[in-house]
Amino acid sequence: MEIQPILAALKKHKIPATLIVLEIALACAVLCNAVFMIGQRISELHLPNAIDQAGIVDMNVQGGDPKLANADIPRDLAALREIPGVTAATGIDMIPLGHSSSNSNIATSPGGVFQKDSPNVAIYMFTKGGPEALGLRLLKGRFFNDDEYVDSKPGNNSYVPGGHAVILTQALAKRMWPNGEALGKQLWIGPQNNYTVIGVVANVLRPNQNGGGLSQFYWSAFFPIGPYPVVSDYIVRTTPQDRQRVLQAATAKLEALSPGVVVKGKAFADIRDEYFATTRSMVWMLVLVCVVMLAVTAFGIVGLTSFWVSQRRRQIGIRRAVGATRAHIMQYFQTENFLLSTAGVVIGMIVAYGINLYLMQHYQLTRLPWYYLPASAIALWVLGQLAVLGPALRAANVPPVVATRGV
Amino acid sequence: MFAYYLELALRSLKRNKLLTVLMVLAIAIGIGASMTTLTVMHLLSGDPLPGKSAHIYYPQVDPTPNNSNWQHKYPLPMMDYRSAVDLWSAHRADRQALVVQSPVKVSAPEVNRPPLMLTMLSTTSDFFPMFDVPFEYGAAWTPADGKDRAHVAVISSDLNDKLFGGKDSVGKSLRIRNSDVRIVGVLAPWRPHPLFYDAEGSITGNMSSTGYYGKPEDVFMPFFSSMEVNDGNFFQYTCWGGGPTVPGHLENAPCVWVALWVQLDSATKVADYRAFLTNYAQQQKVLGRFTHTETRMLDLMQWLDYEQVIPSNVKLQTWLAFAFLAICLFNMVGLLLAKFLRRSGEIGVRRALGASRRSVFAQCLTEAGLIGLIGGIGGWLLTLVGLWLVRRQQTPYSDLVHMDVSMFVVTFVLAVGVSLIAGALPALRASRVAPALQLKTL
Repeated sequence: MEIQPILAALKKHKIPATLIVLEIALACAVLCNAVFMIGQRISELHLPNAIDQAGIVDMNVQGGDPKLANADIPRDLAALREIPGVTAATGIDMIPLGHSSSNSNIATSPGGVFQKDSPNVAIYMFTKGGPEALGLRLLKGRFFNDDEYVDSKPGNNSYVPGGHAVILTQALAKRMWPNGEALGKQLWIGPQNNYTVIGVVANVLRPNQNGGGLSQFYWSAFFPIGPYPVVSDYIVRTTPQDRQRVLQAATAKLEALSPGVVVKGKAFADIRDEYFATTRSMVWMLVLVCVVMLAVTAFGIVGLTSFWVSQRRRQIGIRRAVGATRAHIMQYFQTENFLLSTAGVVIGMIVAYGINLYLMQHYQLTRLPWYYLPASAIALWVLGQLAVLGPALRAANVPPVVATRGV
Repeated sequence: MFAYYLELALRSLKRNKLLTVLMVLAIAIGIGASMTTLTVMHLLSGDPLPGKSAHIYYPQVDPTPNNSNWQHKYPLPMMDYRSAVDLWSAHRADRQALVVQSPVKVSAPEVNRPPLMLTMLSTTSDFFPMFDVPFEYGAAWTPADGKDRAHVAVISSDLNDKLFGGKDSVGKSLRIRNSDVRIVGVLAPWRPHPLFYDAEGSITGNMSSTGYYGKPEDVFMPFFSSMEVNDGNFFQYTCWGGGPTVPGHLENAPCVWVALWVQLDSATKVADYRAFLTNYAQQQKVLGRFTHTETRMLDLMQWLDYEQVIPSNVKLQTWLAFAFLAICLFNMVGLLLAKFLRRSGEIGVRRALGASRRSVFAQCLTEAGLIGLIGGIGGWLLTLVGLWLVRRQQTPYSDLVHMDVSMFVVTFVLAVGVSLIAGALPALRASRVAPALQLKTL
């Protein structure tokens, strides 16, 4: 196929050709970034979380008397463990993905928390039986022993635990000691409070991102705690099938045990669903935008090519009369579209990169991986070829006899 | 003349139905997408106190010591108890209100239903007139009630509906935690958005940013009374140097957790108040309580802007929608060009018969405008569908989303405007058609 005559023809239609190129460029740029965002959000929806997500029920208890916590918490836990189908239960200060969070800066030296880059992490505190109830997965070291739970009261500083043992997630251990073993090392919260790392567990999500973005979403630290008022929730572990029944039984039991408290039970699966609800709707909205945008672009190509075809009926007739086959005519329009698409995607890829740079600055987005660019270029080439097919077929069907008639 | 152009435009639109439908669809979809996001933006970025917000200010001082881990670019978004109460009791502004939120257990002894966990706003009596809070029954407590630490409360219309079936409940009592509290006022439905006076915390992300579009609190109590009633249930925004010795009791703790809002009615008063703030900070430094003397006082809209209350998802969507509209615009320019130039012969005849370039241009533009109008109707319908979809999402602002008159007007202005812009170039080209050349080929 010769390109020269096509270019010559396009030169006569500079404005419509430019418009198609711009439309394809913009579509390509938006498509790249939108698909990238969809991908990121989908991976966010599927972030692993190394607890028993399907089997856990969260019982949030509020409005009790803090002075009675010492007696109430063991009593409540014993009652919860008696419910048929419950395999473990614990009291905890907050729930992964539960939004409400307690966080602190931590460091590897006593004064380190006052440095600006000291990491801010989620401070989980649970009572005896916590690892079993959550379903934490131990990678190294050990879980807390009984003494460590008994020893730990909320210290002089009420928001940090008073014990001396801590378990970190893998991601946090790597952040604190990038090149070495975390086990046995000392972790500091302020100059007075230090803890020995006794275990490393698989990554558990924080209650919320706390402004740190996805990269800090796994920065969780677990501390043992006795039955003190910092405990705001009970975590009850059962099987996915028994979840709903256990939730109802646990609510009834807790309400009966301390009349006047406000109990709110929720399966962890629902907590996770709610946390990611906006992310999920954003994914759908982006998908919708992509689909409709591609459709509009395709319509534009169809409309303009149809116009060109009808405008060139006579020329097509002449070409057919002097020996061009139908395939030749089709190829002409397909090649023309290919040239326009190519110009469009080249500009589009540059613009896509620019948009990505802007989004990186303003919306905490990461860099667009390079393969998104050729991928969306191919998508638009294919789209262009499909869109041009109809008009091109119509052009191919122009009978040679048109050449002999007046228009 | 215009009627004639309109008739011409209608005829032309009927002649090539496919092209017309494509163009109307493109405009409708583009307008539908951009108006849906624009309506949400309009709603979220609105002024919660129209006409008054320019007089509402948010003073800040910096009580943090040197060795704490904040970059001291601006003071923290809330204040410690002592600074807030000092500034409040000075009564240097036209109106001033302390604001603190806390979770609290509430039941009504006269009503047989289980207790509720609600959010309580501890504030001072100026809060209600300062923020134009509407009352259904009763009124706010008096400053004297506040000073006497009276056990009184104002409740939201939601809570009144829930507990008392919407009847006048003034004089009835509530059990707030372990205290009996008398209801003195019931609010009329009130839904400021964004929930500006709670707009703190987005910087550390403790509250997800959509939190600014939730409902106001259900229980309002005098600041100092509530400190007693709900003692031990207050939450710090942040602490340093060890934090509170008794959890939830923050009056003497090295923590920031109280907000102060002031109303200043004139520029002189604003300047005076700034000077007062600076003085206060310097005086506290002399006393050894502060190490930093930076202060800041933004007005309400500046503060909301600084806090970035609009969810970034919504901003992204708006960008996307307008990129989309641009694609539709390019699309339409191309199609219109095709449409007009196809009629070159007809235009040539008309020019030869005496139509001026200007009138050909006007005719083409009328046609583009008409397409815009029809597209606008489609876009409006699509916007309604879009808003319906937004309402079905689980966002705190879902129930607020609706199309008001201004947005309805904007829809059509945008649709017709976009079409006219899209039509300008093709119309210009059409008006430049050389009559002789066209007549020859006829």
